[in-house]
Amino acid sequence: MTSAPTLLSFLPVLLRGAAVTLEVTAASACVAFLLAMLVGTARVSRVAPLRAIATAYVEILRGTSALIQLYYLFFILPVLGIETTPMEAAALGLGLTFSAYGAEVVRAGILGVDRGQWDAARALGMPHSLAFRRIIAPQAFATMLAPFGNLLVELLKSTSLVSLITLTDLTFSGAQVITSTGKPGQTWGAVLLLYFLMCFPLAQAVRSLEKRFTVYREPVRRPA
Amino acid sequence: MTFDTHLAVQILPFLLRGLVVTIEATLAGFVFALAGGLVLALGYRAKSLPARTVSRSLVEFLRNTPLLVQLYFLFYGLPLLGIRFSAMITGVLGLGIYYSAYIAEVYRGGVDAVPRGQWEAAQALRLSHGQTWWRIILPQAIPPVIPVLGNYLIGMFKETPLLAMITIPELLSAARQITGMTYRYTEPYTMVALIFLAISYSTSLLFRRLERNVGTS
Repeated sequence: MTSAPTLLSFLPVLLRGAAVTLEVTAASACVAFLLAMLVGTARVSRVAPLRAIATAYVEILRGTSALIQLYYLFFILPVLGIETTPMEAAALGLGLTFSAYGAEVVRAGILGVDRGQWDAARALGMPHSLAFRRIIAPQAFATMLAPFGNLLVELLKSTSLVSLITLTDLTFSGAQVITSTGKPGQTWGAVLLLYFLMCFPLAQAVRSLEKRFTVYREPVRRPA
Repeated sequence: MTFDTHLAVQILPFLLRGLVVTIEATLAGFVFALAGGLVLALGYRAKSLPARTVSRSLVEFLRNTPLLVQLYFLFYGLPLLGIRFSAMITGVLGLGIYYSAYIAEVYRGGVDAVPRGQWEAAQALRLSHGQTWWRIILPQAIPPVIPVLGNYLIGMFKETPLLAMITIPELLSAARQITGMTYRYTEPYTMVALIFLAISYSTSLLFRRLERNVGTS
């Protein structure tokens, strides 16, 4: 193959792009995780207005498209006089989008804890908030890990959208390489492969995590 | 900075024309994904090892790479192989291929939930392999997963803005054209967001109701 050396010589460009991709993933994952915890807990709150706000948040963010949310932040925040760097817009945009999905994971995790745990905590005289912190949250968190991992894979893939708001991630670098090499087919193929090399190990790790926690969650046999 | 309601109303017909393309692409892509997913799901349980390996690896690859880059690959790569499709067909193909990997997993879940005894009974009745699939397994495997398929339909609808990047004149494309002409960002993008919200939220309510009905039957 005569084309291999030319494409290979551009590998450092693609790898630098991949580093930016990982950076965006990490930054937006942090934003998403924190917001998801807050909103997800609010989704099952006993305070009705809080619940309503959290529900609206989730429905609005899940109901619109990730790319449109990114555009919104990137083009409209400056109009409103809020200056953000592309990296900040990207982390905030993807963070917001994925926080809505993450909030549903948190909600499902909390609701998934056996009701008996709440009753037992109350029987032991624990106030609601203490029972939530000490008894419910730790058990819920364990069940959230695998779904969070799956979302992380989806997030990593979605970071390719940030190339559309001028961030030089892996996808953007791919486009740059094509302007120099004029080989779109091979370059996009190489970009796909690099994404796969990042996502697949992550997905496999999540799968093994899932298996471990399914074992952990197997119901304890109670004495008759 | 204010929201110009007059402009928002003025651009609506233009956006709706883009929406028609969006919906066409979604539906066509979904039909393709339903069929492609079925082929992959059948591949999972094929007797031949190569068929199983190919369908497994294809699903892994499709699920672990971004749709945007897959679209670029098809849009810019296929013509090099001498295959020339219109942007719209490439887009539908891209959406369809990507989602067939997810839908294959949905079908697989449905097939796995069919009790083993059904397979054995079909064998005992000397039904052919094809008959077992079409008459016995799929009619039991698919109805329970219809709500999940619905969620993927909505998911696919929300991914269609990516088609703007391969020159398909869908909803986001229309909005971008308007921003190019008017230098106004707030109105077009807000309208696009509202249109997406209205359609995906109402559709998700519909599927939630469907899910409840499937649950009770």
